[in-house]
Amino acid sequence: MRSAREALTAARRAPLLSALGVVTIAFSLFAFGLFGLGAINIRKSLDQGEERVEVRAFVSDSTDIESVAAAMKDIGNFPEVARVDYVSQEKALERARKEMGEFADVFEAGVLPASIEVHLRPGMRSPAIVKSVADRMKTYQFIDDVRYGEEWVDKLYRMRTIATVAGIALGVAFAAVAVIIIGATIRMTVLARAKEISIMRLVGATDMFIRLPFLIDGLVKGVLGGLLALVFVWVANRVVNEYFIETIFFDRQMIFFGVLGGAMMGVLGSLVSVGRHLRRI
Amino acid sequence: MIRLTDVAKEYPRSGVALAQVSFEVKKGEFVYLTGPSGSGKTTILKLLYMDDKPSQGEVWINGVSSKTASGREISRLRRRIGIVFQDFRLLEDRTAEANIRFVLEVTGAPKATIRSKVARVLTQVGLASKATSFPRELSGGEQQRVAIARALINDPFVLIADEPTGNLDERATRGVFQLLRDINASGTAVIMATHDLDLVRRSNYRTIELNHGRVVFDSSESPASARPFDEPFEVRDTPSDSTERF
Repeated sequence: MRSAREALTAARRAPLLSALGVVTIAFSLFAFGLFGLGAINIRKSLDQGEERVEVRAFVSDSTDIESVAAAMKDIGNFPEVARVDYVSQEKALERARKEMGEFADVFEAGVLPASIEVHLRPGMRSPAIVKSVADRMKTYQFIDDVRYGEEWVDKLYRMRTIATVAGIALGVAFAAVAVIIIGATIRMTVLARAKEISIMRLVGATDMFIRLPFLIDGLVKGVLGGLLALVFVWVANRVVNEYFIETIFFDRQMIFFGVLGGAMMGVLGSLVSVGRHLRRI
Repeated sequence: MIRLTDVAKEYPRSGVALAQVSFEVKKGEFVYLTGPSGSGKTTILKLLYMDDKPSQGEVWINGVSSKTASGREISRLRRRIGIVFQDFRLLEDRTAEANIRFVLEVTGAPKATIRSKVARVLTQVGLASKATSFPRELSGGEQQRVAIARALINDPFVLIADEPTGNLDERATRGVFQLLRDINASGTAVIMATHDLDLVRRSNYRTIELNHGRVVFDSSESPASARPFDEPFEVRDTPSDSTERF
């Protein structure tokens, strides 16, 4: 309680420095937040692409429907498989006519084969897994051919890997920059109160007694900076949505962890700055 | 109460600051530490309030040893020691009263105790009417009185003063010195570093003279006439005292 009061009094004594601290933290977290927003939108696009990954097995014309049904049940039990659909010859024709538009008349009944369409579970769409499912489906005698857009799946998976690695590297870099900036901001507060700290030590204040108000100060600045950064990111997201492309925003859980992250960075920055100062004097 | 045994202090950059310093200070004693700049006065005072540790030897103060003292013990010890500096070290953005109150707040004293104690020490140093003044509104002598009041607030067993009159004119010096005498008369030991020989000559307190980091004279061990203080100090420009870190 005393530490909270002390932190508040210190902020009142140097309002400009405190405001500057909050704004600096907000801007460093804003950069981090923009990166995060970009990352979740890229991820969403990749997820949408992945959802389209499917394995299609073409069935011989003479195959009886019972055999197909038995095979579908069998395939549906594969751990990688989310859903299995049967596309009859008539349905394949209808689809083709719909997709081809003006060339709809080219197709005649019985030209297109029936097929089994297999949709995979999320996280089970890597080229190796897709190939393994396709290979197993080829073992049925009535299957003429199995296709899954091998090249496209490879490209998509490579893009996903690059996006994940780049995301982690950039995320760590942005977080490190934010921690450094926040640490430097709080260091300014510590230096502004260096004389007070030295007197506190001389009159018998313990290190924890000296540290606590700074930790609270860091916590409050981290939370305020985090909330301000959230407002900036929200405005930026609205502008992008309005004038460029449709994007998604952070969900509640992400917002909570974002602000909590800001608070943790504030506390960590304070801990390091005050600790270094106390060791030095 | 205070004992230094074969104390030496060496700094990596500036070399030997103290060598083989041994003396004791009894309860309620008034001791001058004299000597030229760089002779080791400030270093001794810093060892006494354990802002620094000796390179060799041991400092005992009120049952706490420099060899074994923990951070918490040092904090507790400092609450029983009053420290006064030449440059006052007051917080400029706080009133005289707030500067004094700050010490008790640090130790977590109750509000009612803080109010009555602050009023008492301000009266004791003759500044009851200046309680709400900021340091910039006070003269040098008055600022030093506030610093002394701050040092007295916890009823210390010893008051350590590092050149407390160094920044003051003669009149203010007399006032501050009289205040220190009064404090000592009430039972608090006073250890005062000074190179003001006039001040030393005018009173009959124990004097320990340092030179090149060694005790060259202690009036408690020699007859008073052995060191008449009529020779000026040899001024040595060594940086040992300038290791001041505040």
